Amino acid sequence: MGDPSRRVSVSHPRTRAARPGRRDAAVRDVHEQTPLGEVYMKALMRTQLRLGLLVCAAVCLPLAALPLLLGRVPVPHWARLWGAGLPWLVLGPPVYALLVAAGICYVRRAERNERDFDEHVRRS
Amino acid sequence: MNAPANLTAVLLVVAVTVGVGGYGLRSRSTPDFYVASRTVSPLRNAAAVSGEYVSAASYLGIAGLLATYGSTMLWYGIGYTAGYLVLLVLVAAPLRRSGAYTVSDFAEARLGSMAVRRTATVFVVLIGLLYQVPQLVGAGLALHTALGAPAWSGTVLVAVVVLVSVITGGMRSVTLVQSVQYWLKLTALAVPALALLLVWRGVWHPAGSPSPLPVAHAAGGHDGGQGLYGVYSLMVALFLGTMGLPHVTARFYTNPDGRAARRTTVGVLGLLGVFYVLPEVYGGLGRLYAPGPAAADRAADTEVLLLPGRLVPGSTGQLLTALVVAGAFAAFLSTCSGLALSVAAVLSQDLFGGDVRGFRRAAAPAVLVPCAISLLLSGSGMSVAHEVGLIFSVAASTFCPLLVLGIWWRRLTAAGAVAGMLVGGGLSAAALTLTLLGVGGTGWAGALLAEPAAWSVPAAFLTMVGGSLLTPGRVPSAASVMLARLHLPEALAAGPADRSAADGDRSSAVPARSSRDGHH
Repeated sequence: MGDPSRRVSVSHPRTRAARPGRRDAAVRDVHEQTPLGEVYMKALMRTQLRLGLLVCAAVCLPLAALPLLLGRVPVPHWARLWGAGLPWLVLGPPVYALLVAAGICYVRRAERNERDFDEHVRRS
Repeated sequence: MNAPANLTAVLLVVAVTVGVGGYGLRSRSTPDFYVASRTVSPLRNAAAVSGEYVSAASYLGIAGLLATYGSTMLWYGIGYTAGYLVLLVLVAAPLRRSGAYTVSDFAEARLGSMAVRRTATVFVVLIGLLYQVPQLVGAGLALHTALGAPAWSGTVLVAVVVLVSVITGGMRSVTLVQSVQYWLKLTALAVPALALLLVWRGVWHPAGSPSPLPVAHAAGGHDGGQGLYGVYSLMVALFLGTMGLPHVTARFYTNPDGRAARRTTVGVLGLLGVFYVLPEVYGGLGRLYAPGPAAADRAADTEVLLLPGRLVPGSTGQLLTALVVAGAFAAFLSTCSGLALSVAAVLSQDLFGGDVRGFRRAAAPAVLVPCAISLLLSGSGMSVAHEVGLIFSVAASTFCPLLVLGIWWRRLTAAGAVAGMLVGGGLSAAALTLTLLGVGGTGWAGALLAEPAAWSVPAAFLTMVGGSLLTPGRVPSAASVMLARLHLPEALAAGPADRSAADGDRSSAVPARSSRDGHH
């Protein structure tokens, strides 16, 4: 929203009340699913879906590689912490930290996408 | 085993559950009963979701499998957690914005078809009932291990407590109970784990504690192609199955809006990540202090309950054991009551009229049927975690395609959705039944049946997409409007004219379901 408080419109209050605000036209488009509104919606859905799939891929591909790697790579003796083997170390806290970090990144980006969409629709 | 201390622990947990549930006796109106009137904050809801989710499989099962089969089984904990990441990025906010209470409601609102609703309802009830069975079996096992009581008594005890708390309290009391029980379970597992770690590192020397075996014997259990297939199939089932569990989806409707639903899910990821490190401690130490190879999976499920007493003999060990037993009962009670609640909600809407009285009548079959099944099944030697994994495959093969395609794909039709759910659900349920009956053996056939998700989930997706493309004329006319509702941010959702309604409950827009939201 382009900060409407800074605009000063000089008009009679009654004439403004009678006329539907131009500012909300695009919002109405989105709501009534006019062809224009549908274009807006498709754009939002595509952005959000791309983000979701990206986060999924960024987490699932490394995780999917782990069973292959952990089975094949010989573990050097120094890579043991207190006698625990490499799988026990990798498949523990590091993976959970990755999951939480991915979740936080996703929420930030998804909310920013929605804010951008909101601003875009209201401004146009 | 010190029976009096353990018995006190069990009774204390039961008393807390019933007591906190009784606090919810004041929740009288219909919306209160179903969705706690949507006033639950993200953090408390996250604790409630985690409390409900951490079941016997997580609490007892994972550690037992780790002790028996080694580090491959760490994928169970990771999969249970990663399922929430997939849920977060693909369905959390749209699912909440759909305003429906169960997957059946979602399916009906999105596709406008009673056939889809009925198919979804059948699978919600099936999954909800089956998922309670391992919990109740685990309860019998735990009571037998801790007190020497016959196995049926634990099953019956949990079933009765769940029935009472669901009938009297409804969702609000259950929300409170669940969030309390998450912290209870975490404490009950973390404190003994800390003590065990101290004993292992030699910081603390209780009299008579055994010395660990040399590390060298800890070789991997599953190897080769079948083992690898099992891991990947398990990943598919757990990553995609979480979103289809009835008690998980129902819990999302208690968020005030889509934004809160996302934040709740991130909280759940954190809480579960903290929790799932603990079974690793028990499993790893269980391997080092093994009394001998465990006879069967079912026997391995008692690892968590027996380990503290083995490492710390004497009265301190008995106290630690009592704590672990209390946590285990919290796990049985919370998961069962969450499941019973969502099954009862679906049954009451579709069969008993959808009001508070119908809900209470529906609660009886929702608890008693799984109780009967678990009493029949208590002889089978399968691990609790493996049984739960199989039920995740059923959820992943039915509701995951329905939710993902329903939220992101405009051209989904009712015919395609029904066909996909029937194919995926039929295949995975058949595999589950055959595995429970012991068909398949140890070869590839057995491996494919024991972990069906890798083939049943793609089959369900393909059928759903194919069926929808074959019936292009039956794309619901309201699909665009519905998708707009699922994806529009809250600030815009109210529209230009009726912005004042933004704070109200949008779920009343679901046709023919408005009775649920009638305010009293």
